[in-house]
Amino acid sequence: MSRQAKKTDVVIVGLGWTGSILAMELATEGLQVLALERGADRSTVPDFAYPKMIDELKYGVRNGLMQKPRDSTLTVRHALNDAALPYRVLGSFLPGNGVGGAGVHWNGHNWRAMPEELKLRSYVAERFGADIIPDDMTIQDWGVTYDELEPFYDRFEHMAGISGKAGNVGGVIQLGGNPFEGARKRNYPLGPLPSTLNGRMFADATRKLGFHPFPMPSANASAVHVNEYGMQLGPCNFCGFCERFGCINYSKASPQTCILDALKRKPNFSYRTNAEVLKVELSPDKKTATGVSYVDEKGEEVFQPADLVILAAYQFHNVHLMLLSGIGTPYDPRSGEGVVGKNYAYQMTGGTTLFFKDINFNPFVGAGSNATVMDDFAVNQIDFRKEGFIGGSYISSGQFNGQPIRSMALPRGVPAWGAQWKSGVKEWYGHSMSISSHGSNMSYRDCYLDLDPTYQDKHGRPLLRMTFDWKPNDIRMTQFMRGKIEDIAKSMNPTSSTSSYKGEGAKYDVRPYQTTHNVGGAIMGANPNTSAINRYLQSWSTHNVFVMGASAFPQNLQYNPTGTVGALAYWSAAALRNDYLKSPRPLM
Amino acid sequence: MRTALRIVGVTAAFGIIALLAIIFIPAGRTSPVTALPENYQPPTDAGARVAVAADCAACHTAPNGLPFAGGRAIESPIGPIYSTNITPDTQAGIGNYTLVEFRAVLYDGVRKDGTRLYPAMPYANYRKMTEEDVRALYGYFMKGVTPVAIVPAKTSLSFPFNQRWGLRMWAWVALPEAGFSPYMGDPQLDRGAYLVEALGHCGACHTPRNIAFAEKGYDSRSASFLTGAMLQSWPTADLRARSSATQRWSNAELVDLLTTGRNTTKAIGGEMALVVEHSLQSLQTEDVDAIIAYLKHIKQERDGTAGRALRREPLATAALLSEGLPAIGLGARLYLDNCNACHFVDGRGAPGVFPQLDRNDLVTAASPNGIVAVILDGTSMPSTAKRPERLTMPDFGWRLSDPEVAALATFVRQSWSNDAAVVSAAQVKAVRSSLTAKR
Repeated sequence: MSRQAKKTDVVIVGLGWTGSILAMELATEGLQVLALERGADRSTVPDFAYPKMIDELKYGVRNGLMQKPRDSTLTVRHALNDAALPYRVLGSFLPGNGVGGAGVHWNGHNWRAMPEELKLRSYVAERFGADIIPDDMTIQDWGVTYDELEPFYDRFEHMAGISGKAGNVGGVIQLGGNPFEGARKRNYPLGPLPSTLNGRMFADATRKLGFHPFPMPSANASAVHVNEYGMQLGPCNFCGFCERFGCINYSKASPQTCILDALKRKPNFSYRTNAEVLKVELSPDKKTATGVSYVDEKGEEVFQPADLVILAAYQFHNVHLMLLSGIGTPYDPRSGEGVVGKNYAYQMTGGTTLFFKDINFNPFVGAGSNATVMDDFAVNQIDFRKEGFIGGSYISSGQFNGQPIRSMALPRGVPAWGAQWKSGVKEWYGHSMSISSHGSNMSYRDCYLDLDPTYQDKHGRPLLRMTFDWKPNDIRMTQFMRGKIEDIAKSMNPTSSTSSYKGEGAKYDVRPYQTTHNVGGAIMGANPNTSAINRYLQSWSTHNVFVMGASAFPQNLQYNPTGTVGALAYWSAAALRNDYLKSPRPLM
Repeated sequence: MRTALRIVGVTAAFGIIALLAIIFIPAGRTSPVTALPENYQPPTDAGARVAVAADCAACHTAPNGLPFAGGRAIESPIGPIYSTNITPDTQAGIGNYTLVEFRAVLYDGVRKDGTRLYPAMPYANYRKMTEEDVRALYGYFMKGVTPVAIVPAKTSLSFPFNQRWGLRMWAWVALPEAGFSPYMGDPQLDRGAYLVEALGHCGACHTPRNIAFAEKGYDSRSASFLTGAMLQSWPTADLRARSSATQRWSNAELVDLLTTGRNTTKAIGGEMALVVEHSLQSLQTEDVDAIIAYLKHIKQERDGTAGRALRREPLATAALLSEGLPAIGLGARLYLDNCNACHFVDGRGAPGVFPQLDRNDLVTAASPNGIVAVILDGTSMPSTAKRPERLTMPDFGWRLSDPEVAALATFVRQSWSNDAAVVSAAQVKAVRSSLTAKR
C-alpha cells in the first residue's frame, strides 16, 4: 500500500536540463513545483571538485556519473524477429544519472537544427520529390518551424552562455561563422573559444579547398558570463576533462552552473532525490493524469498527486513511462499504427585520424567543445536525389582531451598490447589529430521502442526494448562523408591516417561508445495519428502530461541534440505559461 | 596584627557582600532613550527592515532551520554559544517578553529571567538602537514572525565561563552609552553611521577588542573603530586604511560586494557570507548607499597591514608560472597544480567568479590564518537574489601537508604585487587543528 504525499501543482520527473528549465518557468508562474530525481543530488563542490573529478579510470572508463545498468537498462535487438537481450554493460550510449542529468557530463556542443531539418519530409518532397523517400523510412515534419523556435534557441543559448561565432544574423552572412545555418536574431552571448593547433590546421586546409570553417558553438565558456537568472560561468581552462565528467571549474553550462542555485531560492520549488518514478497515474477515463507513483530513498512507494505532470527524464525513460502508464497508443511496427515508441533513431558518426610524425598537438590541452567545424555537406547543402541518400553531417576537427586510457590513437600496424604497443605509444602520443563526421540518422518503420516481453527491472516492470539497426541510406551518407573527409585529410599531407566509418552491411553494435544522442519514441508533430505529443510537447491523449527531451525528435538531426532540447523546453514552457495554465485542455 | 586581621576581615566581608550583590541583585534595565507615546505605531514593515539591517537571522536561524528558531552554534574564544529561539512562541521563544524586557536584551544583554547574555549577542552595538527601532523590532518579533515551538541546544560553557554573573562587571566596563546621537552633520552619513555602528553591528567583528574583550571604540570617532580584528583565528578586514580594499574600491564595486557577495576582484566567504545572505542583500538601496558613503567618509590616511607595498612586477610571477620550469620551487608548483585552473598565472582570476589573489586583503593580511583556512577548508560565496550561485572553492587540506600549505600560502602572499610575511608549517598546523576542532 503506497503512502500518499501532499498534492502539488506540478510534478517534474527528472532534474536535468529540461526539468530544471520547466521547474524555473513554472515556479516563476507561482505554482508549487516538485521535482523527483531518480539519482543522487550533485553540486560542483563537493561532487565535481578538483582534483577528485580528474580521474579517467573512475569517470571516463568506469562511468562514475552514469546510471548503473543494474538499476535501469533496456533490451536491444536488430530486427522484429530477433530476441532482445539486456544492455548489461554501458557501451554505445551513456544515460546520465542524478541531479543535472546528462547536462553534467556532456561535452557542450550546442547546436540549432537547420530550418530544413525541422520540416524534413516536406523539404525532401518539395525539393527532390517524395519518391526518393524509401518506403520503410518514416521521417516526419516536427510540427514546429525554425522561425517559431528561434527565440527559444536564443534564450537557451544566452541562458547557457554559449561561445561561438554567428554565421547568419538576420539573413546577413557573417564572415567566420556558419554561412549555412538558419538566421539568428543576434550573435552568441560569448565569443568563440580559442582554437588548438588541430583546429587551425583544419581551418586552413578546408578554406583552401573552398569550404567554410567556423568555431564549434560551445557550452564551455570562453569568458565569464552572467545569465538571466544571475547564474555565472567562469572561463574554461582547457583542462581536458569534459565529456563523462562534471566540470571542476564552473565553466561548462549545466543545470548546476546555469539554473539550480537560482531555482533553489524559490520557496515554491522543492525536489527529492533518490526518488524513482514508476508510473504516471491516470484518471479512469485516461484523459488526465492524477500524479505519479515513485519509490523513495527508503524503498517505500509513494503516490504524489499533481495537476500537471512533466516528463523530463532521459529519452528512453520518458518513452518507458508512457508505455508503462498507458499514455497514448503503443506503436505497432507491423501495422504502422500507434504512436508511443515510434521512430527511435540514433546518430551516424565516423572519423579519420591523421598522424603527423613532426607535429606535437599537446592533446592534454583540450575542451569538450574545442573544435573547428564545416557545414558544407549539411542537410541543406546536399542534393539527395543525386547522392542517393537523405541526410547530412557536419565535419569537424576537435581536440577534447589527451587522456591516456581512451585517447591513445595509434597508426595502423602498431599492436594493441605488449612492448611494441609501448614503444608505439611513446612515438605517437600527441602526434595525431582527428577529423570527424557527425551525421543525421533517419527514422524507419522497424526502428522503435516497446516493452520487453521477457526481461523486468528491479521493480518488476518490463524493461524497455529497442529494435534498431543501421540502414543503407544512412550508411551511404556516412560513406559520402568518408570520401569528403579523406580528401581533406590527404590535402593536409599526414604521415599516415586511419579511418573508421560504418560500411555496407554494418550492424548496430552496442559495445563501443558512439554517442548518447538517442532520439524519438515520443515524437512531436501536428497529427495525433502519427505523433505521440503535439507541437507544444503535450501528450495528445492525456492533456496534463508534457514530455520534454529528445524523445520528441521524429528523426535525428545531423547535430548534437542539446540546443534543440533546450529550445523545445522553453517553447513548451511558453505554451504552458501563456495558454495552458489559463485553461487546461488539449492545446491542439 | 589584630587590626590587620580586622581590616582583612572587614574587606573580605565587604567583598563577599559585593559579590553576592553582583550575583543576586536583579540587573538594572536601561530606560528608553526617547519617550515615545504609549500608542506609538511604527511605520509598516519597519520592524522587518530593522530585523534585516540588524541581521538577527544570521545567528538566530540555524543552517536549514526555521526562521529565528535559534540553534546555530556561534564560535567564541570560550566555546560554542548556541543562539536562542526568538520567535513569539511563549514556551520555546520570547512570546512572553514585555517591551521593557525586550529592550533590556538589546541594550543590556539581560534576559527576562535576569540571566546575563554572552556578548556573542552584540548588545554593546544594539545598545545604540533608537527607541523607534526597538519598538518596531518588538512589534515584528511579537506579531510578524511565525512562532516555532522548538527549544534549541543550550549553551553550556566550562567553568569559569559558565558563571554568567561575571558578565555584569564586564558590562560595566564594556558597554557604551545607550542610544544614537547623530554626529556626522549630514543625513546620509548619519544614516550610514547608524546602520554600521548600531544595527549592522559591524564593529563586533571589524573592531579590535581590548584585554577585557570590549570593542576598542563604538563609533567612527574612535581611531580603532573598524580597523580590522581577529575573529577567532580569522583576520577581519580593516575598513578604514587608505590602502584597504574598502577604500580602494569604487562605490559600485562596494555595492556589488555587499549585496551579492562578490565583485570584479573579490568574493566573500566565511561568517561575512551570512551577513550578505541574511542582511545586506535585502537592504534598501538608499541604506546600502548610506553605508558606503559613511565608510568612504571615515577613511584614515594611513597604510594598513594588508595590500600595502607593491613589491614586485606582477608580470614576473605570471612569467615564472607560464614557463613552469622544474626549478620553480614547491610553492609555485603547488600553485600550478592546485590553484592555477581558476586563479590563473596572473593571479587575477575571473571577474565575479574566481577572486583575484593579487592585492587581495585576505591573502596579504598580517595574519595568514584566513588564507590558510581557505586553502585547507575551501569557502563558498553566499546565494543572493542578484547572484544566486554558491560558487565554491573546494578544500585542499586533505591533500596538502602543513609544510605544503605553508609553502603555497607563502608563494601566494609574496607573488605578483603581494608583499606579506612568510607562513610557517606551525602556523598551518594551528589553523588546521582549530578547523578540525570546529567540525
